[in-house]
Amino acid sequence: MSTRIKVALIGNPNTGKTSLFNNLTGLNQQVGNYPGITVEKKKGISKLSEGIKAEVLDLPGTYSLNASSLDENVVVDVLLDTQNKFYPDVAVVVCDVENLKRNLLLFTQIKDLELPTILVVNMADRMIKKGIELNIPALEKELDTKIILASTRANTGIEELKAAILEYKELTKSTTLDISSINKEYFDELQQITPKQSVYRSWLQLTKDSEIQKENESEIVHTESKFTDKTLQKKIQHKETIKRYQFINNALKKGVEIDPQKATGLRTKLDNILTHKIWGYVIFFAILLLIFQAIYDWSSYPMDLIDASFASLSEIVKDVLPPGVFTNLIAEGIIPGIGGVVIFIPQIAFLFLFISILEESGYMSRVVFLMDRVMRRFGLSGKSVVPLVSGTACAIPAVMAARNIENWKERLITILIVPFTTCSARLPVYLIIIALVIPEERVVGIIGYQSLTLMFLYLLGFGTAIGASWMLNKMLKIKSRNIFIIEMPNYKMPLPKNVLITVLEKTKAFVFGAGKIILAISIILWVLASYGPGSKFENAETYITQTYEDKNLSEDELNEKIASYQLEHSYIGYMGKGIEPLVAPLGYDWKIGIAIVSSFAAREVFVGTLATIYSVGSEDEEKIKDRMATEVHASGKPVFTLASGMSLLLFYAFAMQCMSTLAIVKRETNSWKWPSLQLIVMSGLAYIVALVVYQLMK
Amino acid sequence: MKNTIATLDIGQKGIIKEFSIDEIPLKLLEMGCLPGNEVELLHTAPYKCPMYLSINGSHLAMRKEMAEYIEIELL
Repeated sequence: MSTRIKVALIGNPNTGKTSLFNNLTGLNQQVGNYPGITVEKKKGISKLSEGIKAEVLDLPGTYSLNASSLDENVVVDVLLDTQNKFYPDVAVVVCDVENLKRNLLLFTQIKDLELPTILVVNMADRMIKKGIELNIPALEKELDTKIILASTRANTGIEELKAAILEYKELTKSTTLDISSINKEYFDELQQITPKQSVYRSWLQLTKDSEIQKENESEIVHTESKFTDKTLQKKIQHKETIKRYQFINNALKKGVEIDPQKATGLRTKLDNILTHKIWGYVIFFAILLLIFQAIYDWSSYPMDLIDASFASLSEIVKDVLPPGVFTNLIAEGIIPGIGGVVIFIPQIAFLFLFISILEESGYMSRVVFLMDRVMRRFGLSGKSVVPLVSGTACAIPAVMAARNIENWKERLITILIVPFTTCSARLPVYLIIIALVIPEERVVGIIGYQSLTLMFLYLLGFGTAIGASWMLNKMLKIKSRNIFIIEMPNYKMPLPKNVLITVLEKTKAFVFGAGKIILAISIILWVLASYGPGSKFENAETYITQTYEDKNLSEDELNEKIASYQLEHSYIGYMGKGIEPLVAPLGYDWKIGIAIVSSFAAREVFVGTLATIYSVGSEDEEKIKDRMATEVHASGKPVFTLASGMSLLLFYAFAMQCMSTLAIVKRETNSWKWPSLQLIVMSGLAYIVALVVYQLMK
Repeated sequence: MKNTIATLDIGQKGIIKEFSIDEIPLKLLEMGCLPGNEVELLHTAPYKCPMYLSINGSHLAMRKEMAEYIEIELL
């Protein structure tokens, strides 16, 4: 068996920590969640030498061990609990050479945990350009650590880091600050209560407990009222921070020289344009337009291809496999169902591509800066822009992205309104309905009615989100502190490798996450549609043949009549008929009703469901859209008209049909109250709007 | 009128004097906003909020309301 060294990567946001992780582990990564919470856990294996591997854990970016958010809390949890299965043998703290002073604050905290610690000074390739000179031996002496100069961009320093990890046992466990010197009496007493661990660890535990958890688990807090005094705690934390900076300034004085003439340059030039009071906004909206263009136009080609391939795949399966229940299940249930997920891949990939480029380049912080003032009018924060933009991909990561908002009221409103933005799961529904009911003509020969409708739906999503937050801002009586701090990182050229890994990861997570639900629902639906209670289903053939005996129908027509009679008397048929009175006023037949009900699990199920329902019993495999176009009511009128189509589009624009989002909102707000509110208000609104629109337009 | 970060004009610099720890979150201190450090206003969004600052060599933005709590000595 080979030896494994457990390594934790720790660092401030924007230090290139994740790039370093990618360089260390390549594609050898696993992404999961920490048990019980939705913070992403990234783990990877790095080969250090023959027989020795490192198990690298990429901890969430944090400014300090005084955790103020869920993500940061994970870092503290892992590092405080020596029994934790992620507890590292060695900590690697990553710093940006241009922000050494601030980045080292975290380093001093980690070092004080008495962990073997390696310091990586990243982006070393920019040193000359920025006029920074480092005296490594002097710094190593001052900080009492091993320092590795690295550049994830130029891919240097990785081998040196691996070598240093191999020799982690040689690292000292000395501390940088004697915390007791701040308030001797306080810390002596704390040490007495918790004699088993260092007083700094107890101190972190104490502040973390009173900050994050409402019900305290640690025994420290109960014993002595002195330790529950939060004002005193805050005072000590302030003094601690000042002392740490004194230590850092001292160390840097001996080891770093900066030529201030060279330090700024590109940043100033770009900021002058990108945060400009007019051009800044113009550029931001131009970028948004580009993103939407990519999602609609560019991704339509691969999407058509995928749609057509799945249709022919079903056909091939039917031809190749022997006929029977199993073949039907695959060709009619599973393949169309999966096709309904795979078709999203181009759009999801494009969206995450843009979002990760915006984040990586440092531009997203500028957008937050520009938009804060505008967003505050509606009770949101500039930081709500990130959830709103990523909400166009998927509400789940968007709700999680709201964690960066310090103000609870602004954060809550952001979480509540994000599901109104047009997520990619709505797109296939939109695209297919628009293609069916909106004419292909162009206004003034340039813009098509179809793309106009799509744009309208997007604007409607944003507009409703903003309107809802304005209302919530008036209604919610929550007092919270007006905090807003955001780091403005340096501009960086996004690394293609990082962007690619993000896109791959997010797309994979989406496809497998949604894929599981859709696959399960497709199979259930197929079974429900292929079997029925009682004799009417089984005797469909005899019944139809008798009824239409003298009507001289062709064999094809007869078969179709049998299939639709069977479907109507299948389990799903009866269920559909049951809910038909509820959906008929909106202009839908029972098949659409079933599709809507099943898409309360996830919207994207809609197309897959219709595909499954329609393809059961149909002889030749057609594209989903063609099959929908020919669908008629019993009266012979087409099912998909402008009125019913618009009603459907609006229903999907407003309804809360995503169990995963509800689950995430429950976790993030820690209450069922908010997701229930979302479900009831959004779906109620959807029903009313769809009802009114259909009744007016029909 | 006393000078605070909120009264800075673009390009102006100051030295942070004191602030009440009740109003200023720890995170701001951790990002380098400490008494004795130099602060420069680089940009502002419309209506001077938020404010884009360089403090102690790191770059960050904060709202005007918070900037009003941080007293400075103009340079």
